[in-house]
Amino acid sequence: MEMVKELNPALIKRKRNGQINIKSGNKIDAVVKWTIWILTFLTVLAFFVFDYTGFQIERAITETIHNIRVMFLEPGLSHFSWSEAVYQVGVTLGLGILATIFGAIIAFFLSLMAAENLSKSWLSNTVRIVVAFIRAVPTVLWVLIFAIAAGLGSEAAVLGMLFHSVAYLVKAFSESFEEVNPGIIEALRATGSSWWHIVVNGVLPSTFTYLLSWTFLRFEINFSVAVAMGAAAGAGGIGFELFMASGFYFDLREVGFITYAILVVAIVLEIISTRLKERYFPSSINS
Amino acid sequence: MNAKQMRKNKWQTTIFFILIIIVTYLSTAITKFNFIDSIATIPAAFSWIFSNLLITEESLEKLPQILEKLGETIFMSIAATTLAAVVSLFLAIMGSKTTKVNQTFSVIARFIASFSRNIPVVAWSLILLISFGQNSITGFLALFVATVGFLTRAFIESVDEANQSSVEALTATGATYFHMISKAVIPQSLPQMLSWILFMIETNIRSATLVGILTGTGIGYMFDLYYKNMNYNLVALITFTIIIAVIAIELISNRIRRVIL
Amino acid sequence: MSLLKVEGLSKFYDRETKVLKDVNFEVKAGEFLSIIGPSGAGKSTLLRCMNRLVEINEGKVIFNGLDVGAMKKKELRKLRTNIGMIFQHYNLVPRLTVIENVLHGRFGYKSTIQGVLGRFTEPEKEQAFFLLEKLGISEHAYKRCDQLSGGQQQRVGICRALIQEPELILCDEPIASLDPNSSKVIMDYLKSISTEMGITCIVNLHQVEVAKEYASRIVGLKQGEIVFDGPSKLLYGEQIQNIYGMESRELITV
Repeated sequence: MEMVKELNPALIKRKRNGQINIKSGNKIDAVVKWTIWILTFLTVLAFFVFDYTGFQIERAITETIHNIRVMFLEPGLSHFSWSEAVYQVGVTLGLGILATIFGAIIAFFLSLMAAENLSKSWLSNTVRIVVAFIRAVPTVLWVLIFAIAAGLGSEAAVLGMLFHSVAYLVKAFSESFEEVNPGIIEALRATGSSWWHIVVNGVLPSTFTYLLSWTFLRFEINFSVAVAMGAAAGAGGIGFELFMASGFYFDLREVGFITYAILVVAIVLEIISTRLKERYFPSSINS
Repeated sequence: MNAKQMRKNKWQTTIFFILIIIVTYLSTAITKFNFIDSIATIPAAFSWIFSNLLITEESLEKLPQILEKLGETIFMSIAATTLAAVVSLFLAIMGSKTTKVNQTFSVIARFIASFSRNIPVVAWSLILLISFGQNSITGFLALFVATVGFLTRAFIESVDEANQSSVEALTATGATYFHMISKAVIPQSLPQMLSWILFMIETNIRSATLVGILTGTGIGYMFDLYYKNMNYNLVALITFTIIIAVIAIELISNRIRRVIL
Repeated sequence: MSLLKVEGLSKFYDRETKVLKDVNFEVKAGEFLSIIGPSGAGKSTLLRCMNRLVEINEGKVIFNGLDVGAMKKKELRKLRTNIGMIFQHYNLVPRLTVIENVLHGRFGYKSTIQGVLGRFTEPEKEQAFFLLEKLGISEHAYKRCDQLSGGQQQRVGICRALIQEPELILCDEPIASLDPNSSKVIMDYLKSISTEMGITCIVNLHQVEVAKEYASRIVGLKQGEIVFDGPSKLLYGEQIQNIYGMESRELITV
């Protein structure tokens, strides 16, 4: 071991007050620190910007506790029957299924155009920009805008929900396509296969399970979107019943019942999609 | 793959597609969805959009008001996400298998997360609306509760991914539980967590619009108001400002992500 | 007097498989002891019983006259402060700087608040630099430790153990992930820690040749049982065969 007599002062960074610095002061640390500070600052600021009309904290809290207790401990139905409730859950699931399946079909073709290894770069960039634009508009606005042309109902809801489903799935699908081993595509190209040949024989077999898993993950999201569209855009289903129970009848027991119904379906869907994720996507993926 | 297996696979694929068709058919029946009508609607809707959703000079006069409401919505989603992140951090540390104190707390943390995540944000806002009334706090709380559920799950994954061996090393030096959390676990998972927080802010701005329609606050309220008044020029302007805000925030988060991850 | 005494130590994760079976040995202060054996022999578990990173099922581990198995939380922390540990995969916190990782060795002396806030005194920081200089990596002090090579990371691990001012250092396969050159450097450092600083070292190794070259005494472990305990020069081909089983030929030459 080397004999150390004195420390080399050139290697030691010191703070202004002469203390030894132990942080490296690199860019990553700085960005992390600043992001946290800015978010904290904006959060504090937010409470000065908020609109507090009609907000009484004590009343709100005691009432909420009371309401939540009634909702979750004494759920019941008064304006419709059990079979009606099941039917309404079915409607919401149906909306979710339609938006997901149509979305997956459209997204499949668009993602072939968006995948860098299967498409031309101008085309893939165009698709990406359009998708980013579509994603920026909240689903509820899409549904409401379509409702003007198609009238309130399942058509407007499904068409409106399609947009985000397509945007989400194009991103997921095209990333799956891009991960296909380039050797497979090259080999098929070398045999003189046509583009469709490459897609059907080279790309699809190795990505099909991923596409299905992503589609199911989207279905999980679309279920809660369908609930929301029922409540906010009159698309029917269990979401609309929730809106009526809480906004018109003020029937807390019914709100509780409906919430439980939604919760049960959502948890079942989540369990299935967690299984799928563990099986097909071992590392976590930012959705 | 032999011929028998291939035939079996083919069969499975066929059955699968038949199932999909049946499910689709049942869905159209239960929702009274008319396929032909909806296809016919698409061109009509787009021609309507391009002829009516136009930003006029007149509508621009309302811009300051709109921006104020948009600001409220953005603030609402940032505040809800940031505060939810703090709560989620605690829940995630209790819930993760790497850092849990005991099994009971872990189960409780995961239960809270699952409960708040699986009740959709609309349901939370309708529930809270009854007692909190039409103001920002209602929307804030609805977003907050739903975000806690989502972020806790994401954070648990980040904490689980943190390198277990450095936790062991710190324990071996005689460090306490909190030393280990603050110096071995958090430094490793913080960038990943920040990335989730940024993602959630983006998502919450869109959800805040929806929540705003229900709770009568922020940009959602403005949209709903002019939508019902059929003032489509303002509807267009509002939609446009939301697009700009969401894309701007997405770009900023992507930049931050590129540096920290 | 012996620094560490293992008496009738047994460890099982479930009923059927005993990892350690009635292990007995003593370590004197200042010794450089190597524990050898094939992988799965229970070397890592044995080492981790000494600072109770794994719980002891049967028997006793006595350190400085104190029963490790019976220690309460506070005493256990004090014990761990007194025992440094070096790992096969270095076990550093990847996103932090080298100097921060070295200072983690001081947590045993800190209150929770001091540690969480990262309050280290100037003498502690100077000591950290001193150790880095001694191990020849002080120019990397402000680098993130995942940017360092394996050998350099292991030297950071050694610094972290040394800054604890321990009486004993446990090394769990310190060179198993390193190339031959870095391995030699690390083993030389460990040797000089014991000869120059008088710190007792217990080193798990699976390479017999390395153990024979560096250790003054060797303990051979096979399926959780001690099959050899004696000066390293008394370990011959026959005993080695006994430790590693029949397929030993390839293993030894590694």
